[in-house]
Amino acid sequence: MKIALAGNPNSGKTTLFNSLTGNNQHIGNWPGVTVEKKEGLVRFNKDITVIDLPGIYSLSPYSIEEVITRDYIINEAPDVIINIIDGSNLERNLYLTTQLLEIGIPVVIAINMMDVIAKKKDVIKTEMMAKMLNCPVIEITALKSEGSDALIKAAVDRVNQEYKHRPILWYQKDYEAIISEISEKIMDKVPEEQLRFFAIKVFEKDEKVLLDLNLDNLEEINEKIESIEKAKDDDTEALISEERYAFINRFVERIYLKNKLVTQNITEKIDKVLTNKYVGLPIFVLIIFLVYYLSISTIGGFLTDYVNEVIFGANGLPKIVSSWLDAINTWPWLKGIIVEGMIGGVGAVLGFLPQMFVLFLLLGILEESGYMARIAFILDKIFRRFGLSGRSFFPMLISTGCGIPGVMAARTIEEENNRKVMIMTTTFMPCGAKLPIIALIAGAMFRGSPIQWLIAPSAYLLGIAMIIISSIILKKFKAFAGKAAPFIMELPDYHLPRIKNLGFHVYHKLKSFVKKAGTVILLASVIVWILSNLDWTLSLVDSQDSILASIAKTIDIIFSPLGWGEWKPTVATFTGLIAKENVVGTFGVLYGFTEVSESGAEIWMLLSADFTALSAYSFLIFNLICAPCFAAIGAIKREMGSKKWTLFAISFQTGLAYAMSLIIYQVGSIFNGTFNIGSIFGLLTLLGLLILLFRPNPYRKDLETIKV
Amino acid sequence: METSLDKAQIGSNWVIVKVKGEKSIKRRLMDMGLTPGTEIFVRRFAPLGDPMEIRVRGSELTLRKADALNIFIKAVAEN
Repeated sequence: MKIALAGNPNSGKTTLFNSLTGNNQHIGNWPGVTVEKKEGLVRFNKDITVIDLPGIYSLSPYSIEEVITRDYIINEAPDVIINIIDGSNLERNLYLTTQLLEIGIPVVIAINMMDVIAKKKDVIKTEMMAKMLNCPVIEITALKSEGSDALIKAAVDRVNQEYKHRPILWYQKDYEAIISEISEKIMDKVPEEQLRFFAIKVFEKDEKVLLDLNLDNLEEINEKIESIEKAKDDDTEALISEERYAFINRFVERIYLKNKLVTQNITEKIDKVLTNKYVGLPIFVLIIFLVYYLSISTIGGFLTDYVNEVIFGANGLPKIVSSWLDAINTWPWLKGIIVEGMIGGVGAVLGFLPQMFVLFLLLGILEESGYMARIAFILDKIFRRFGLSGRSFFPMLISTGCGIPGVMAARTIEEENNRKVMIMTTTFMPCGAKLPIIALIAGAMFRGSPIQWLIAPSAYLLGIAMIIISSIILKKFKAFAGKAAPFIMELPDYHLPRIKNLGFHVYHKLKSFVKKAGTVILLASVIVWILSNLDWTLSLVDSQDSILASIAKTIDIIFSPLGWGEWKPTVATFTGLIAKENVVGTFGVLYGFTEVSESGAEIWMLLSADFTALSAYSFLIFNLICAPCFAAIGAIKREMGSKKWTLFAISFQTGLAYAMSLIIYQVGSIFNGTFNIGSIFGLLTLLGLLILLFRPNPYRKDLETIKV
Repeated sequence: METSLDKAQIGSNWVIVKVKGEKSIKRRLMDMGLTPGTEIFVRRFAPLGDPMEIRVRGSELTLRKADALNIFIKAVAEN
């Protein structure tokens, strides 16, 4: 049996899905968290499959993830639909309900957030509601898993019982007359229980339905529709919407008893400060700054130092394992693989776990609290100037966790060309796996420097800046020029982040990180160790003469203009394509971090052979902006749906990374008193970038929203 | 007095008279509950002056002025 979960965005579908199936899909307090369909088996009845669908406001979809839901409901015909309704926002939620009740699939209504309603001392007359809507109505609180057993039982009963479909809502007589005329015409073409749904869609002149049904002799009906539209001075689609909402108004008046005592609205009080005309923007900047500053430079940083120094430091794990391996007299190469390869590589990565913990925790709080939607509200005007929308911030923030869901989150962007730009640029935000690179550079290269605390926030600011710059540049080309899509979004109520949700959020991200460290990173580290310790005759040599060095030395010249054309950083950049953690892991193996003791000053000594502060920053920028890991490239390919576009995306990212690093290193060197041929190339690249950025936009007109 | 929503003052109450505009925008607005006869309270404008936040049908909605100018409103008292 298949049960589909349908409802408005942010009504709690995924929370219910998780509670029913024991799954742990990502949830958050903002509209549009779920962008793909997910299936799971009910915990206590494995014969039942539950399908979680992206949220929709109506059966006329706007963005890709909404199309997924509409197509699933209409084409796949689940056995029963559980329509989740946010009880604290009945009117808008019931709009979709009036449509779902027309398509002929059995519906069970789940009124969610009953705890909120109880707290407000409001009452919903569910029995009357069930009678009026001709379907079971179950009260639930998905967050606390309350009512889910009753809900599943009601859904199963609904499927097993004889189901008699009957319309719950009749439109004005003159509309109904035409609808029944249409019904007669299309009777042979659609299943009986869906007849009314399709007839109404034809009445609304829904283009997709008209195309699918391929009707002839519609002239007479069209004439009648036109005369109604003329008389009412509106199109039938709008007239039907109006009638639906009029029905809902009457309906809610009867079933919803509102507590007349006005309770204090906490959300409104918080918003008075957070979206305040004067302090709203500064607070936003401060919050974002704090998130990355806290996680990388302070709390997370202290913990990471502890892990790096005590556990993976010279007197920690490497020493213990070394002495143990010496005691059993093992081969030197095996000791090398284990201590320098495995512990060195994986340890270098795992050392950053505490920083990720703090980052994911803070991001989780942002998502859970309801502030995300406010960020979109505050930033929309800025983003729109560059052809993006406030919603663009969602994929960007998701990408600071991981680029793959970030790329997928671009689905919520309605306009196709804007979505493409977002897919191509959202991985510029440093993801969790890039965090160790930032932390390493900030911690080792800039330790003690007065600007050390700036490195981490600068990496994130740079990410946002690169997205905006790319968007400006790309949208001046025909392939990306596009209209600004309308921006209409609900602002959910704030609530305190639930410890349980936060816990899951952080746990699952860290788990996948550790899993990756134990598999992909481990393997890559071992391979890097072997290739960097053997020469072509397969005998142990100094890493300078190794296979890896000999290969990398032939291509490291590519990166010389960027200031780090040495073989070790070159290898790290390439292994970073497999997973970005490998950049630090490879450093761990090649520079032998396990053999340095405590203070970062010594790590700095080792790295300073190949880096200056400037070239280190150039290296950081290149690795942040260039092509993401293979998994993220795969996500880009899936979302672009084309090899050509994927190739373009990767080339664009890598090209931009090269240009930015070149500018920073070469122009930065000028300030350090060096001027040579490289400086000229640096300046020319800067000039080229500025021209692309500031040339007049030939498609400017398209950027403006259509006016009446 | 009839006007369009983008010109409404913060803290004022209105009733929607008509929704105009290009088909897709209009449909989106109406799907979100902005139908004729609906009451609107103008909560605030974003710090940079756009978009705006309104309270409609018991929840908060944000939309741009460029979309709001499709919504024609009259003062609540005239209703």
